[in-house]
Amino acid sequence: MHEYETIIGIETHVQLSTLTKAFCSCPYIYGSQPNTTICPVCMGSPGALPVLNSKVIEFAVKVGLALNCSLSMSSKFDRKQYFYPDLPKGYQISQFDIPIATGGFIDLDLPTEFGGGHRRFGITRVHMEEDAGKLLHSGTGSYSQVDLNRAGVPLLEIVSEPDMRSGLEAAEYAAEIQRLVRYLGVSNGNMQEGSLRCDVNVSVRPVGQSAFGTKVEIKNMNSFSAMHRAIDFEISRQVDLYNKGQADQIIQETRLWEDGSQRTVTMRKKEGLADYRYFPEPDLPNVVLANEFVDNIRSSLPELPEIKRRRYEKMGLSMQDVLFLADDMQVADFFDEAVEKGADVKLASNWIMGDIAAYLKNEKLSINDIKLTPQELAELIASIKGGTISGKIGKEILFELIAKGGTVKGLIKEKDLVQIVDPLEIEKMVEKVLSENPKQLQQYRGGKTKLQGYFAGQVMKESKGKANPVLLNKILLEKLKSSS
Amino acid sequence: MPSPVQNPRILLSQCRFQLHFPPKPHNLQPNPRHFHCSKSKLSLSHQHQLVSEPQTSQSPSSWSPSSQILTIRESLLSRQKKAVEITRDYLNRLRQTEPQIRSFLHVSEEEAAMREAEDIDRKIEQNEELGPLAGVPIAVKDNICTADMPSTGGSRILEGYRPAVDATAVRRLRECGGIVIGKTNLDEFGMGSTTEASGFQVTANPWDVSRVPGGSSGGSAAAVSAGQCVVSLGSDTGGSVRQPASFCGVVGMKPTYGRVSRFGLMAYASSLDVIGCFGSSVMDTAILLGAISGHDRLDSTSSKHEVPNYASELASADLLESKPLSGLKVGIICETLGDGVDAGVISSIRAAASHFEELGSIVTEVSLPSFSLGLPAYYILASSESSSNLSRYDGIRYGNQVAADELNSLYKDSRAKGFGPEVKMRILMGTYALSAGYYDAYYKRAQQVRTLVQKGFKEALGENDILISPAAPSAAYKIGEKTNDPLAMYAGDIMTVNVNLAGLPALVLPCGFVEGGSAGLPVGLQMIGGAFDEAKLLKVGHIFERTLHGCRFVPSL
Repeated sequence: MHEYETIIGIETHVQLSTLTKAFCSCPYIYGSQPNTTICPVCMGSPGALPVLNSKVIEFAVKVGLALNCSLSMSSKFDRKQYFYPDLPKGYQISQFDIPIATGGFIDLDLPTEFGGGHRRFGITRVHMEEDAGKLLHSGTGSYSQVDLNRAGVPLLEIVSEPDMRSGLEAAEYAAEIQRLVRYLGVSNGNMQEGSLRCDVNVSVRPVGQSAFGTKVEIKNMNSFSAMHRAIDFEISRQVDLYNKGQADQIIQETRLWEDGSQRTVTMRKKEGLADYRYFPEPDLPNVVLANEFVDNIRSSLPELPEIKRRRYEKMGLSMQDVLFLADDMQVADFFDEAVEKGADVKLASNWIMGDIAAYLKNEKLSINDIKLTPQELAELIASIKGGTISGKIGKEILFELIAKGGTVKGLIKEKDLVQIVDPLEIEKMVEKVLSENPKQLQQYRGGKTKLQGYFAGQVMKESKGKANPVLLNKILLEKLKSSS
Repeated sequence: MPSPVQNPRILLSQCRFQLHFPPKPHNLQPNPRHFHCSKSKLSLSHQHQLVSEPQTSQSPSSWSPSSQILTIRESLLSRQKKAVEITRDYLNRLRQTEPQIRSFLHVSEEEAAMREAEDIDRKIEQNEELGPLAGVPIAVKDNICTADMPSTGGSRILEGYRPAVDATAVRRLRECGGIVIGKTNLDEFGMGSTTEASGFQVTANPWDVSRVPGGSSGGSAAAVSAGQCVVSLGSDTGGSVRQPASFCGVVGMKPTYGRVSRFGLMAYASSLDVIGCFGSSVMDTAILLGAISGHDRLDSTSSKHEVPNYASELASADLLESKPLSGLKVGIICETLGDGVDAGVISSIRAAASHFEELGSIVTEVSLPSFSLGLPAYYILASSESSSNLSRYDGIRYGNQVAADELNSLYKDSRAKGFGPEVKMRILMGTYALSAGYYDAYYKRAQQVRTLVQKGFKEALGENDILISPAAPSAAYKIGEKTNDPLAMYAGDIMTVNVNLAGLPALVLPCGFVEGGSAGLPVGLQMIGGAFDEAKLLKVGHIFERTLHGCRFVPSL
């Protein structure tokens, strides 16, 4: 393995979550009955003309800026021509020689469990285009049906530089693209629904060789872990061929990732370059961006994942915490607000990453779906830190707050949960427990000191969990020893 | 019916041109053998049959076409005639003449047209406001979508195809009260100059049924000329409105690119296509253009440029003034009067130039050096775009599908069977021109020529108010004459394609005759204006038409 170097470049198609399609006023709703959201324009009827949805430009500019690209202040659409039944017009409206954004980069941090590390990958270009429909093949294979619901849905194609060197890096690149488009609110980035699709080009070459090896395209990976595994499989397949002296069997082709067998298989071999006969789309005027339009978008961009991560890092959080919190903008916003309301940074992070995240995962909810507010999380953390309630009570209240809402103060009052910190009161309870358990007391004094835990539990029970545990143990120990 | 043509020499004496020849070069002298006017008195005009015209009492020498639309309006408002009567008259005339002319691919169900006419009559009874086209029978070229009638684009691949919606232009003329009485024949998808490339039938020229009506909007031009409808819509990609207007002796308007929405026009070459108008007078053409013009949110290449009231500007033209076009600078494009242009056509245009001078205009010759480059550039661009635009006719979603065992055969067989030879040839040419390795040599180069042509026009129109030229190098030729010589056919577009490359408006109106047929053949004058200068062209055209005495452009059928 060490004598080979892998070169990976990725083309990512991001489906934009505009209300209507790119060139007509049809909506797109994933999972709709076939051919229910179509019109003469998106089904390519004679005489129908495309009219650009301006949201597509807005979203493209957002992504272009977020990927640190330079924008083409005047770009255009082109027709990419080929015949396929899911392509109603016989051409796809796309951008060819003047994409809306070029020459950017994306920063990311690799997960700590894989050793971590910061990476910057180049972005070659971002362009706007329309999606095609879908073919539904009959079971017998004797016919196929065309569903044009997806035809004309806006896409951004993001092309990376060939900067990735491993399945992990490629998967993390894709994950960062997903994070970015979700932060920007331009796409749901859902891989299962096909809202984020990655075509990965992989080639391998002996270290020291300057020419690239033959590149193979891999499709059909619908999760980041599938990408990771597919690419690593493909790398080892190609390296094996090199090692066996069969490098000539690495041919330019498209391979499909088969999740079942965990391998890539040949889909189609590329015979020469396809000639798409691109030419400028005469039905659409050039896309001219006004400086003011771009400036408005620039100033309305949210804090992007990379900037957020660097800020969290400076706040003293561990990289694991940083990556977790910045992964989801809603979580990050929740965290930021809790901190703003006075929550301790590390404690807020712990609560969010621990109990709250577990709850969300179990209930399949997002952080905005729960009734707990950042304000109350901050309050909860302060109440525990200040000793008003115990950590244990805190946990109980947390789930109450998540499910039913309300305030920490209200719940403490309502349930009489204030921690007992009066030594006399605790002493009374200790004495009560000791007097009610003479047998165990005798055993303790007979040397079975492990029973201290038993007594502590009984006292805590007596206090309905409210006794300050430190105080409780201190007093209990004194009592146990003094009476002996 | 007696022939309307008399001894040309006698006719010439009635023609005003004869009396006012300027002391110019000898080639301005009209050749009596080629230049004559048909006489109105003996011609059984359909207009006269259908609606009474004030002009009937006028002497033949002072005949000029009146607005049939305004006449219909007047007779409706004065309750002289009902819309149902007018519609029935036209449908009768259409049925009567159709076996000879064959301009229609589809004629509206009589009941449907009558229902629309009844609506107009009801509005009149209830004193409701009438649209500017109320009760006007209109024909629509079959590459323009109509929701209630088949729209085939003249292609077998779309035989029986019914669109889901009206084209914007059709919707607008219906909203103005117009009654669409049928769909007219054309060269398949607009690719041709004669209607001979129609997938269904060949239309005859009403002036001589052995001749072509021109094309591709031959059906629409012939229908107006033959009195089968009052006005009609056509489309013009390289001259498809103007050349048939010239061949059929009617007025044809090719508006500025973007003036009229293309939504619902089956695309041939999207960057050149415009919907245009035919009428038997400039006024009718102006009224129709006004009805269909303006921005459309369904066509992003349609212009937001304000639409003037073309018709009212014409009505205000002062025809009593002795020099109504005083000071108008008219440039005659010298490249259009050279080799390859029929002598009779040249004389007619020279005579028209003289007529402009009589009206007070200053006529000078202008040169457009890039003129001859326009034709090859046009054929590359139009073919390239058409190869792309016609990809949608794949037999998958609509139109005729040939059953096949696998996808590629389905495509190949459906398209092989559905398209005619001219369309196939242009798809092949366009596909070739756009192919990798050829793009720069063909498509890109043609775009550079297009820029040159645009610049040339801009300069010439900077020095002149309008430019004039013939609309075609010849009058209507015989059916079959050029079908085996596509290059000769293409060369016939030399007068018109440059205007499409520049996106400019142009008005063609009949200005004279050459010998041919039983009654002579009309010759059209092309007037080219700056972008969105339709109002100026129409006004000049209107004055030209009203002062062009002695020529009557109504064929005897």
